[in-house]
Amino acid sequence: MTETSMPMATAAPVQPKTPSNSIFKHARYVVAENPVTGLAFGLFLLIVLCAVFGPYIVPYDPLATDTTATLQPPSLTHWFGTDQLGRDIFSRVVVATRLDLVIAVSSVALVFVMGGFAGIAAGFFGGWTDRVVSRLADTIMAFPLFVLAMGIVAALGNTVTNIVIATAIINFPLYVRVARAEANVRREAGFVQAARLSGNGDFRILLLHILPNIMPIMMVQISLTMGYAILNAAGLSFIGLGVKPPTPEWGIMVAEGAANIISGEWWIALFPGAALMIAVFCFNLLGDGLRDLVDPQRRT
Amino acid sequence: MLATIGKRLVTVIPTLIGVVIVTFLLTRVLPGDPAVYFAGPAATPESIAEVRKSLGLDRPLPEQFLRYVSDLAHGNFGNSLSTGRPVITEIASRLPASAELTLLGLVLSIIIAVPLGILAAVKQGSWIDHTCRIVATAGVSLPVFFTGLLLVYVFYFQLGWSPAPVGRLDAFASTPPHITGFYLIDSLVTGNFESFRAAFAQLILPALTLCIFSLAPITRMTRASMLAVLASEFVRTARASGLDDRTVIITYAFRNAMLPVVTTLGMVFSFLLGANVLVEKVFAWPGIGSYAVEALLQSDFAPVQGFVLTMAVLYVALNLLIDILYGVIDPRVRLEG
Repeated sequence: MTETSMPMATAAPVQPKTPSNSIFKHARYVVAENPVTGLAFGLFLLIVLCAVFGPYIVPYDPLATDTTATLQPPSLTHWFGTDQLGRDIFSRVVVATRLDLVIAVSSVALVFVMGGFAGIAAGFFGGWTDRVVSRLADTIMAFPLFVLAMGIVAALGNTVTNIVIATAIINFPLYVRVARAEANVRREAGFVQAARLSGNGDFRILLLHILPNIMPIMMVQISLTMGYAILNAAGLSFIGLGVKPPTPEWGIMVAEGAANIISGEWWIALFPGAALMIAVFCFNLLGDGLRDLVDPQRRT
Repeated sequence: MLATIGKRLVTVIPTLIGVVIVTFLLTRVLPGDPAVYFAGPAATPESIAEVRKSLGLDRPLPEQFLRYVSDLAHGNFGNSLSTGRPVITEIASRLPASAELTLLGLVLSIIIAVPLGILAAVKQGSWIDHTCRIVATAGVSLPVFFTGLLLVYVFYFQLGWSPAPVGRLDAFASTPPHITGFYLIDSLVTGNFESFRAAFAQLILPALTLCIFSLAPITRMTRASMLAVLASEFVRTARASGLDDRTVIITYAFRNAMLPVVTTLGMVFSFLLGANVLVEKVFAWPGIGSYAVEALLQSDFAPVQGFVLTMAVLYVALNLLIDILYGVIDPRVRLEG
């Protein structure tokens, strides 16, 4: 997300030429119309800051145990309380941001490349390419997606990398569908024919002419699926897959606090769960806001 | 109608073939040695070789696939390593627990979401509409295991209204005789109201968790679909003819708005089956999801494979049912078929 969306956000004011200027104006209009999008953007910055600087600003070492201060409720010394090993939950929640974000960003980047490219090729070439890619996407969709992710992690092995791969695979059909539809519409467009006439090969047309044109729609797709990717990865680690225990990660922290809920120590599970919720909420709102920008007709 | 169903059944076949191929490929083609997976973490080289032979893994791939399919056709999903029991009996005995939970969650969700969506569309811009929007956005952002834990904290620890999350029945209630496997139905049929109450008390929180989880997409879709239909010309005509609001909204608009909602239900079910696994973990629910999770953590692959296949087949069957339902709701679909 940092690499992909930051250029978009900064590019608008830097190049105040006619098209980007109007995009900037439109962006300001959308934010003014829907202040929630502005709020989401603020939250997004906060999340990125936590991910980048988290380990340097937290008051405690997220792995350090302290047997004299176990299961402390939230207080001024421990803002979010401590867990059964006396670790500071605030530090762990903040530090976990990076891992959760890295998992989500890399799985979304992976599926963007795989699904985006397969989808464009399917929409552009049609015929056999289309049939193979669509059939593949349909087969993935025939599974309940979280269940398929569990199966993939089980087959590939229980590691964080495989969680990224599994999350990417279950999002594959969504990207294929969008990219295929968009590429299909532009297959016979004037600019594509012009590019072909001037001697560009199919591959070059796909990469340099079609891809840049469907980028805005794909960006929306990215931010809409980011939230889902975070939820999915956290769900997998909640059931004990991927991330190993002492590592701070939101899903596994909620799992660690689950046993204490029954005896009333709510803070162990609540804060990482809330962080998870806020992150997902933020990406969903951003996705909606971005969609309003790119595709005003689908605004609800 | 029968012909439509028959035709639709035929289209399921390629999907099922795809599903079986994927579950097969999950074990055979991926990096790593499937014999090692099936032999378990504590296997010696000899036992691995033995497993390889007994599973037919030394044979060419197409032959292995045929063998896998014929095993499936005979109801053989392999044996679990940890319990030694056949996977199919384990799944069959746990399936009712999961099905009861998921279906109750879905039904609760429909009961709440559909009227909420309709009201939001009819009174667009009112407080109901805003509530609906908040529910829809917050609902998709809530991790389902987190909702479950919050409910446990509030209703068990704080209020003491619900029993401890320890499974389908507490230790004092007697298990109703196995008729359908759904405790609520079985206990009612046999007139055992004590068990019914106990089973219901255990079931309501996890079902509510699933309900909250699936509220968002159904509400959102109902609202959008109703809005589109309410703006259409036949509704305007119906209103102009002097029909009262009730008839216009329920008989005219709602019936037509149902179709996209029913389609969404298919997608919602996909998410519900996944969420079910997490909810079962939170509430120690003895369903197939928690069975698969236990097996997963012990690298016991056969149950996981059986679980993925069962879930996929259930989901395909459900989508088939939805398509048939489509024909019941919309006569045009029936005629085209």
